[in-house]
Amino acid sequence: MMKGNKKKQDLYWYVLIVLLILIPFIPQVAANSFTQHVLILILLYASMSQAWNIIGGYCGQVSFGHSVFFGIGAYGAGMAVVRFGLPPWPGIILGALLATAVAILISYPCFKLKGHYFAIATFAIVEIFNRLFMVWYWVNGALGLDYPLVEVGWRNFMWYTTKIPYYYGALVLFIIIFGIVRFIEKNRFGYYLRAVREDQETAEATGINSTMVKLSAMALSAFLAAFCGAFFVQYNLRVDPTMVMSLQVSMVFVLVTILGGAGTLFGPLLGAMILIPLQEYTRVLWGGLGRGTDLILFGFLIILIMVRQPKGIMGLVDEYFNYKKMRKVISAESDIKY
Amino acid sequence: MPLLAVCEISKKFGSLVANDKISFNVEEGNIVGLIGPNGAGKTTLFNCITGIYKPSHGKVIFNGLDITNLPAYKVARLGAVRTFQIVHSLKEMSVFDNVLIGAYLREKNTEKASEIAKQCINLCYLSKMKNTRAGDLAIGLKKRVELARALATGPKLLMLDECMAGLTSTEVNESVSLIKNLKDKGITFLVVEHIMEAIMPIADKVVVLDGGIKIAENHPEVVIQDERVIEAYLGKKYSKKLQIATQGREKDA
Repeated sequence: MMKGNKKKQDLYWYVLIVLLILIPFIPQVAANSFTQHVLILILLYASMSQAWNIIGGYCGQVSFGHSVFFGIGAYGAGMAVVRFGLPPWPGIILGALLATAVAILISYPCFKLKGHYFAIATFAIVEIFNRLFMVWYWVNGALGLDYPLVEVGWRNFMWYTTKIPYYYGALVLFIIIFGIVRFIEKNRFGYYLRAVREDQETAEATGINSTMVKLSAMALSAFLAAFCGAFFVQYNLRVDPTMVMSLQVSMVFVLVTILGGAGTLFGPLLGAMILIPLQEYTRVLWGGLGRGTDLILFGFLIILIMVRQPKGIMGLVDEYFNYKKMRKVISAESDIKY
Repeated sequence: MPLLAVCEISKKFGSLVANDKISFNVEEGNIVGLIGPNGAGKTTLFNCITGIYKPSHGKVIFNGLDITNLPAYKVARLGAVRTFQIVHSLKEMSVFDNVLIGAYLREKNTEKASEIAKQCINLCYLSKMKNTRAGDLAIGLKKRVELARALATGPKLLMLDECMAGLTSTEVNESVSLIKNLKDKGITFLVVEHIMEAIMPIADKVVVLDGGIKIAENHPEVVIQDERVIEAYLGKKYSKKLQIATQGREKDA
């Protein structure tokens, strides 16, 4: 029975990928660059949140510090292009490695704290990095980095007249990050993450080195978040400290995942599918006047859903299917009786 | 060489001495009971052995290795696995996943680990509820999930901290027969227990603590007649009842 389930899940996954590959061929999408923009952002935010989901959802360590890793990744690519006149790729790799190193260095002491205290400590880290990048002359301080005009194409990962290559870039990011989490979820590391989330003492008593598990989860999460940052800056063609390294950006990682369902594979995608259209369409509708409307609505949605089901939308979906299954079992039993 | 040697373990919390120079051995293949009134320091001693606390003084030797200052997860990896008095089940995960986490300690491959987990679930009579959320179970079953998870790690020594407290008498009997079965499979037990009827018939040796001091260590039949144990823990009436019960059992046998 379990094997059949696994095959079904594999099938759903591949169908989803194929659908996502085909979306730009829909004429309405191909003609409308705004729709493309929304789709790209959905894929990007889903990937970002999925990266956060590894440590925050599966491992239960709520980090508000992910904008730091996102920002380091963004600055890695940005510095390679703006400061050194190179293609972004070496900067992306270096930025991701640097983000991983920073993640390990700052989370090792922070993991001595548990629960809310850990979350608060990560708050402070965002502020520290924000101020640091604001006054750091070498990375252009508060002015940020503006991309020069370069030759378009995959070598520079930059296009001016079309968004389709960006869409496929985001899709690759999405497939890699979701693929990794899908793999982890079904294997030992994934089970260990959840064991640490549920009860650290039991995990230790069962032979799990919980500090090591948390550190590896954080390292992987930061590494992937940095790639998302690099994509963000390549798409945006500009980066400054508040844009990438601020509590507001950190909150996006957390809120999207929590609304969709923390610790579930498709939670981040669902969350992003709600937040991004909300954000982009309110922006179009009201321009500068409507700033924050999306977050007000989003916050309201989170409250509504959390009251009912702390596991977010995915939790509601599971609940529904379990209910249906139960109904089936009950009706089958009553058939036997009467 | 004993499987577990506890040598002069002391644990102080400030000026409170919870364990005072406690020594005893657990021989391989035995069931050793650790009893005593509330606050005698049984759980503290467990925590010292399993690396959750660092003892203030003394040594713990397991399987020839000094494990005194090892962290909890290393002690577990060496094969001394414990359960908790207050159950710490992984609430949001199914019973099967709970046990699977134990099985992953010796087997990285998910399919092989699942096999081990399945066997342990069957051994602990849990196969009916293997897809239930562990948090939804009643306390007796939760304790059995704890046991199954510990068992799945493939331990040499299982340390059970009051794994029968709060169970119905049927459940206690099931647990007792389960422990006996596992002993036959070659697992050594160190059991903290308050239910004398459960522990006395199966224990090879009983260690009695009172106020952090070891007051007796002997075969169960001897211990229930020990003056100090009667005074500190069992009480005269209960001791007689137990004696009659054990004699009756010997006659039956």
